[in-house]
Amino acid sequence: MCAQDLDAAVAVPTAVQPALRSTPATRGRRGSGIGFWCAAGWLALVTTSAAAASVLPLPDPDQTLVAPDEAPGTGHWLGTDDLGRDELSRLVHAGQVSLTVGIASIVIALLGGLVLGLVAGYYRGWIDLLIGVVLDALLSFPALIVFLAVVAFLGPGLVNITVAIGVLSVAPIARVVRTNTITVMNKEFVLAAQTLGMRPVRMMRREVLPNVLHSALVVALVGVGLAILAEGSLSFFGLSVPPPRATWGGMVNESRTSLETDPQLLVWPTLFIFLTVLSLNVLGERVGERGRDRGGR
Amino acid sequence: MRVGSSSGTVSPVRGVSFAVAPGTSLGIVGESGSGKSITVRGLLGLLPRAFSTSGAAVIAGTDMITASERTRRQVLGRHVGVVLQDPQASLNPVVSIGGHLCEGMRHHGGLTRRQARARAAELLGSFGIRDPHGCLGRYPHELSGGMRQRVLIACALACEPALLVADEPTTALDVTVQAEILDVLRRQRAARSMAMILVSHDLDVVRSVADHILVMYAGQVVEHAPADVLHREMRMHYTRGMVDAVPRLSAPAHSRLDTIPGVPPRPEEVGPGCAFAARCPAARDRCHAENPPLTRAGPHHAFACWYPLPPPVSPRAGS
Repeated sequence: MCAQDLDAAVAVPTAVQPALRSTPATRGRRGSGIGFWCAAGWLALVTTSAAAASVLPLPDPDQTLVAPDEAPGTGHWLGTDDLGRDELSRLVHAGQVSLTVGIASIVIALLGGLVLGLVAGYYRGWIDLLIGVVLDALLSFPALIVFLAVVAFLGPGLVNITVAIGVLSVAPIARVVRTNTITVMNKEFVLAAQTLGMRPVRMMRREVLPNVLHSALVVALVGVGLAILAEGSLSFFGLSVPPPRATWGGMVNESRTSLETDPQLLVWPTLFIFLTVLSLNVLGERVGERGRDRGGR
Repeated sequence: MRVGSSSGTVSPVRGVSFAVAPGTSLGIVGESGSGKSITVRGLLGLLPRAFSTSGAAVIAGTDMITASERTRRQVLGRHVGVVLQDPQASLNPVVSIGGHLCEGMRHHGGLTRRQARARAAELLGSFGIRDPHGCLGRYPHELSGGMRQRVLIACALACEPALLVADEPTTALDVTVQAEILDVLRRQRAARSMAMILVSHDLDVVRSVADHILVMYAGQVVEHAPADVLHREMRMHYTRGMVDAVPRLSAPAHSRLDTIPGVPPRPEEVGPGCAFAARCPAARDRCHAENPPLTRAGPHHAFACWYPLPPPVSPRAGS
C-alpha cells in the first residue's frame, strides 16, 4: 500500500498536496487515458477489418480494376496503386499477414521464453548457464542472415517466417522471465512451498509462473510490434509472403517505382505499420503500469 | 534427531545436537544472528546451495542431509510441518487461502479437491476462524496478520505431521495476536501429541511453550535445560543477560533497561576462545584463549562456560 502511494506521489507531485479528490493528473494515471483508448481502438479496427476482410464490401485486393494510379475518391477511398488495385482493400488484406505473423510468432516466443526463463531461474547452476549461452547466441545472431537462410532453404511463406521471427524473439522474454523468477525464488512463500514438499514443476507453475507472467506479457506485447516491423522489413525485401499477396512491407516496396508521382502509396502502408506498432507499445506500457500498481498493493 | 553443522568457508553453526520426542517441545533461543534459523533450515535440508552440511538430521527415520531431493520432499509437509516468520511473505499473493491449505493434503494425502477443501474448512474452523468456508476463497492480502499466521499453521498441520517446526512464528505479530498464536500452538501440540521445535529470540515466548530450551550463541549451543530448570538454575552469563534484558512492569518508571552490550560476532570473527567473551561481564584471560566445552550441570542441564554463574540452591561441583 505504501509503495503504491509513494509511487503516485513521485509520479504526480501536484496530487499529493491539497488533493483529497483525484485531480485530472491522478485520474489520467489511474484511468486509462485517451492515448490508451486510441491505441486500443486502432488495434481493434485493424484486427477486426483484417479478420473480416473477405466479407467487407471491398474490391478484390489482387484484381486490376481501373486505370492505374487513380486518385482517392468515389469507389476507391484511398485510390488505386500503379497496377490499378484498390489501395484500401490491399491495406486491409495486408493486415492479415502482418497480424498473423506478429501474434503467432510472439505466442511461440512467449511459450519458449516462459519455459526457458522459468527453468533457468528455478534451477540456476549449469542449466542456467547453458540456457544463458543459447539466449546470448540468439540475441547476437544477425537476424537478417537467419531470415535469408530460412527463406533460402525452406522457402518464403507465412509459417516459415512466423517460426523464424518467433524463435528469434524468445531471448528477450526468456531473460525477463529468468530475472523475475530469481526474484520470486527468493521470496519466503517459495520457501514455505518447499516446506510442503512441493515438486519443482508444480512449484514453477503455481508459485512462480503467476508472479512472472505479467511482465512476460508486457514484453510480449511490445514484441508483437517488433515482429510486425520485422515482417514488414522482410516483405520489403521480398523475403516474406510472395506477391501478389498484399503485405504492408511489400506495398512500401511496390510504391518505390512511382514515388515521384504518387507518394501517398508509400504513406498509407507506412502509416498502418507505424500506428499498429505504436498502439502495441502504448498498450504494453499501460499494461506494465497496471502491473506495477498491482504489485505495490 | 541430531543436527550436524553447516560449514562453508565459515561455519555459521557448529556442533549443534538435539532430540525432540513425540509430544514434547523444544525451544531454541538466541539473539538475531546466533544461527537459530540456519540450524532449522539445515535440519529441513532447505539451506541455499552455497551451504554444505555435515552430520545428520533425522526426521521420522529419514536423514534430511543425505536423503535425495525426492525423499526429502516426501518428508516435508507430511512428517514435518513448518511455520515461517513472516505470515505476509509466506503466502503466495496470487494463490487463495484454500489453494494454500489444500496443496499439502492433495499432494501428500492424495485427497480429492472436494475432500481437501472440506478438511481445510474444518481445520480453519478449529483454529478459531469465523466463516472458514468463505475464508478459503479469499486471498492473503484480505486477511489480518494473525489470520494469516493461523492459516500458515493450518497449512503446516494439514497432513498431521509428527513434528512442527515454527521459526519465529510470532515475531512479525503484535503482542495480543502473539499470545493468541502461542495459545494455538500450545493447544495443537497437546491435542495432536506431536513434537514441536519453536525458534525465537524471545525467551519468554519460548518458555511459555517449550519443555526444553536450547540457548544458542554464535552458532553454538551454550546452555540447554528443561524450561523450569533453566529459569531457576541458569549458569550462563549470556542467558542471564537475556533474562535481564526483558523489561519488567515491577521496575521503577524510567529506569534504564538492562542490555547485553555489543552485538553477536559474525561467523568469520569467532576466534579460538569463547564467542561471548568480548561481551561477557565475567570474562577472564582463559575465556579469550579457549572455547569452553558443554559441561553437565544436572541430568538434563548443560552449559558452556569457564566461570559460570553460581548454582542458586545446593551448589554442585562445577567444572
